[in-house]
Amino acid sequence: MARITLDGLRHTYSEPGEAAAAYALKGLDLAFEDGGAYALLGPSGCGKSTLLNIISGLLTPSEGRVLFGEEDVTRATTSDRNIAQVFQFPVVYDTMSVRQNIAFPLKNRGVRGPELDSRVEAILELIGLEHVADRRARGLSADQKQKVSLGRGLVRSDVNAILFDEPLTVIDPHLKWRLRTQLKSLHRETARTMIYVTHDQTEALTFADQVVVMFDGEVVQVGAPQDLFERPEHTFVGHFIGSPGMNLLPAQISADRARVGSVEVQLPGRATPQPQQKTELGVRPEHVKLGTSGYDARLVRVDDVGRYRIAVLKFGGETLKALVPEGVEIPAAPKVSFEPNGLHLFADSRRMQWEGRA
Amino acid sequence: MLELADVAKRVGEDVHLHAVSMKLEPGSFNVLLGPTRAGKTTLLRLMAGLDAPTSGRILADGEDVTGVGVRNRDVAMVYQQFINYPSLTVRENIASPLRLRGLDRSAIADEVDRAAALLGLEPYLDRKPLELSGGQQQRVALARAIVKRARLVLLDEPLANLDYKLREELRERLPGLFAETGAVVVYATSEPSEALMLGGYTATLHEGQVTQFGPTPEVYRRPNRLATARSFSDPPLNVLHLDQSPALRQQFGEGAATVGFRAHHMRPGDGAPSDLSFDMEVTSTEITGSESFVHVAYGPANWCMLVHGVHAVEPGSQLRAHVRPADILEFDAEGRALELSGRG
Amino acid sequence: MKPVNHKAWWLVLPVLVLVAFSALIPLMTVVNYSFQDTFGNNQFFWAGTVWYEQVLNSERFWNALGRSFAFSTIILAIEIPLGVFIALHMPRKGIGVAFCLVLMSLPLLIPWNVVGTIWQVFGRVDIGLLGGALAAIGVDYNYVQDPVDAWATLIIMDVWHWTSLVVLLAYAGLAAIPEDYYRAANIDGASGWAVFRYIQLPKIMHVLTIAVLLRFMDSFMIYTEPFVVTGGGPGNSTTFLSIDLVQIAIGQFDLGPAAAMSIIYFFIILTFSWVFYAVMTRDPDAGQQVVENSEGEAGK
Repeated sequence: MARITLDGLRHTYSEPGEAAAAYALKGLDLAFEDGGAYALLGPSGCGKSTLLNIISGLLTPSEGRVLFGEEDVTRATTSDRNIAQVFQFPVVYDTMSVRQNIAFPLKNRGVRGPELDSRVEAILELIGLEHVADRRARGLSADQKQKVSLGRGLVRSDVNAILFDEPLTVIDPHLKWRLRTQLKSLHRETARTMIYVTHDQTEALTFADQVVVMFDGEVVQVGAPQDLFERPEHTFVGHFIGSPGMNLLPAQISADRARVGSVEVQLPGRATPQPQQKTELGVRPEHVKLGTSGYDARLVRVDDVGRYRIAVLKFGGETLKALVPEGVEIPAAPKVSFEPNGLHLFADSRRMQWEGRA
Repeated sequence: MLELADVAKRVGEDVHLHAVSMKLEPGSFNVLLGPTRAGKTTLLRLMAGLDAPTSGRILADGEDVTGVGVRNRDVAMVYQQFINYPSLTVRENIASPLRLRGLDRSAIADEVDRAAALLGLEPYLDRKPLELSGGQQQRVALARAIVKRARLVLLDEPLANLDYKLREELRERLPGLFAETGAVVVYATSEPSEALMLGGYTATLHEGQVTQFGPTPEVYRRPNRLATARSFSDPPLNVLHLDQSPALRQQFGEGAATVGFRAHHMRPGDGAPSDLSFDMEVTSTEITGSESFVHVAYGPANWCMLVHGVHAVEPGSQLRAHVRPADILEFDAEGRALELSGRG
Repeated sequence: MKPVNHKAWWLVLPVLVLVAFSALIPLMTVVNYSFQDTFGNNQFFWAGTVWYEQVLNSERFWNALGRSFAFSTIILAIEIPLGVFIALHMPRKGIGVAFCLVLMSLPLLIPWNVVGTIWQVFGRVDIGLLGGALAAIGVDYNYVQDPVDAWATLIIMDVWHWTSLVVLLAYAGLAAIPEDYYRAANIDGASGWAVFRYIQLPKIMHVLTIAVLLRFMDSFMIYTEPFVVTGGGPGNSTTFLSIDLVQIAIGQFDLGPAAAMSIIYFFIILTFSWVFYAVMTRDPDAGQQVVENSEGEAGK
């Protein structure tokens, strides 16, 4: 068990030394503390799977180092790294029973007798598969198979980290909930480092204490779910986290005012962008209030999505979405106001700091 | 219009689909919602004419098409897997249904450009499908379905293999894409949130049975069975069996056996006197940044609460929450819904 | 509604006629012969089960049958493991793949009688490369006179000719295994043998079933090659059931016994194929229900 450090990682699938655009990973430094729950979140092609394969040793990075504790394992093989991995499509050994599946990694490492039995029993209980322990693994349902592959990782006491590669892809929505909470409690009970790769924000945010948001081969923000929601450092984070994502309205900034099309919005602070920068006003649909006073807007349509409605508005020529909880009235000609803490400014996609509150 | 009259499908002893009757209006967007193996794909295949029903009749625009194969029907289909002609360019892929119909060159070019513009595929027209990302490949498949201008468009979990965000974007645009053709659109999914965002009409399926069919918000708010409510809740429906709670038993009518309520209808703290209150033990919490899912145990039942904001409640601690009577769904011993908020 | 289109039957008709002439009618003729006796002039007499009794009581039949079984058993025992072994060691990507596949397909493209002729010449002590070479290094090899040498030649020839089929089938099966299985095994610290035993073998079991079935039927019915190479000799040592059958039918013109033997032969193959198929495709999970999900429903 050790802290995992990634130091100046760069990776390209073609020849090194090419243009930066050809790199799947464009240089990143990260540390995963021992026992933490992490998520790598991003759209497909953002480099998260490449990063996972570098950690597990299936891939050697073009540049940079991977450290487990103080030891440089950049060139070490997967089996030398003591890593466990749960894949997108469940991998079980079809012809073995559940019990044999779980015992397999220990047997391969020469563990025998009572020690083997007691470890396997403990894991079977932990993942809740005692009642199917002697069944053949191939007759199991998808969620049980995923538990078996997780069990194979947990059974080893020497594992540095357990990596999850979109493990809930083939699981039905109802079971996803159950499996996710079980994963979470397993993390609490075993205190193993877990790194969870996904494109699904809900999975990432609910599972991890620290979420690493990746975009186009780079890490754009690392933070707790609440930070990502409340203080996105990049427009991509604003857009990617939240459903629907943050409204990003092109805006002209002057001191404490932002002009969006024909509307001038009062800001909670001052900001001074560089002349050539592209500036945007960001506000989450959760922080847009519809009422009888505020800025002018035109209601385009309302989508009822069950526990809330999404009001789509035209605001200064731009599209603005507002989230309205179930049971709250939407005025026919609504005025728009914003929660002051919910207003964000971005210059060239990067978050701008307020220069003292107005 | 597509009409199913007592359509059923059996394979040997297995009932894949119990008799179902439904009418799908032209220009309507219809969602088939249910977990894996609930019968969604069976129903789609029957609608398409890929399978013939064991009994019942299928009418397309008033004409009996039961047993008529897919080739002789006016159907477009998009699948979960991205299916395009790998050796043709995107342009040729989109044009393929038009070529089959024998349109002339300029008409084909117009149609292809229009569909490509609608789906933002203009930059990729001269590439091969396999050089594109998953989302782009699926958009090519959708474009092909659009230009075909079929009377019936069947979409079998078309977004399931796409990224979460991409799904959100395409989902928003999908209903509009086919609206102008007046086609009947049928969309199969296992995700309740997807059905809600797509709107239109929803048919819920459970173990080979269509349990309910109606406007989506209505099916969501007034499920006629416990099974419907379960398949249409995400997070899962919180279910309480009244025989396990004698104290609560008296608050409900004679016929009620089970009550259910959704995660966001459980609110922490004391409510109004008429509300139902529960004292529960917290088993875990999940925080998404804007909301918290608090998992709780109430006797033998495991429930989930969806609370706004960040609520990091320690596992093991006690929590009190209430549910408004209007938000409670009541079911009889057979799982049929009793009149909504029939109680006082 | 469109009426059901019956025109399709006309399209199938030529095939039906062809099958009738090439399979059904000859088969029925053979069945007829096996219950009849004739002295020429197209005069036939009902013979009942006489021919069947005669065949089943003849030592010659049982000897031939025994040789056929022995041959098939040896062939399967060599070709299946060898084929899997080669498939496991073939490259998975790069230009080597195409090269190997072409190399493997070559023997399969050669007609049976040509294969027989090649080996017939190849093994000759006087002018054959193999026979000559063995003689030169002092090995006493002569397939014309020594039954063991004759068997060895036929077996090596068949292995050379048909192992590729097993290789190609096994290779296709191996190529279909997702990469994640190997990664998982690597992570679990599995040895090469364990990877084969628990991943590769179970995953190619299905295609191997087909390979075993094909190779069994084919080797059990082998005729052309031994006919060309050894002609069933020396003595009767390589007279398999098929060769014996032809000798009785064409050589001695005993149509009745030959027909009865054909029918028996046919049923042996049918039975064995069926048994093979049933055994190898039986579901090891039969009787074990697929478990839906592990825990009881929440709140029940």
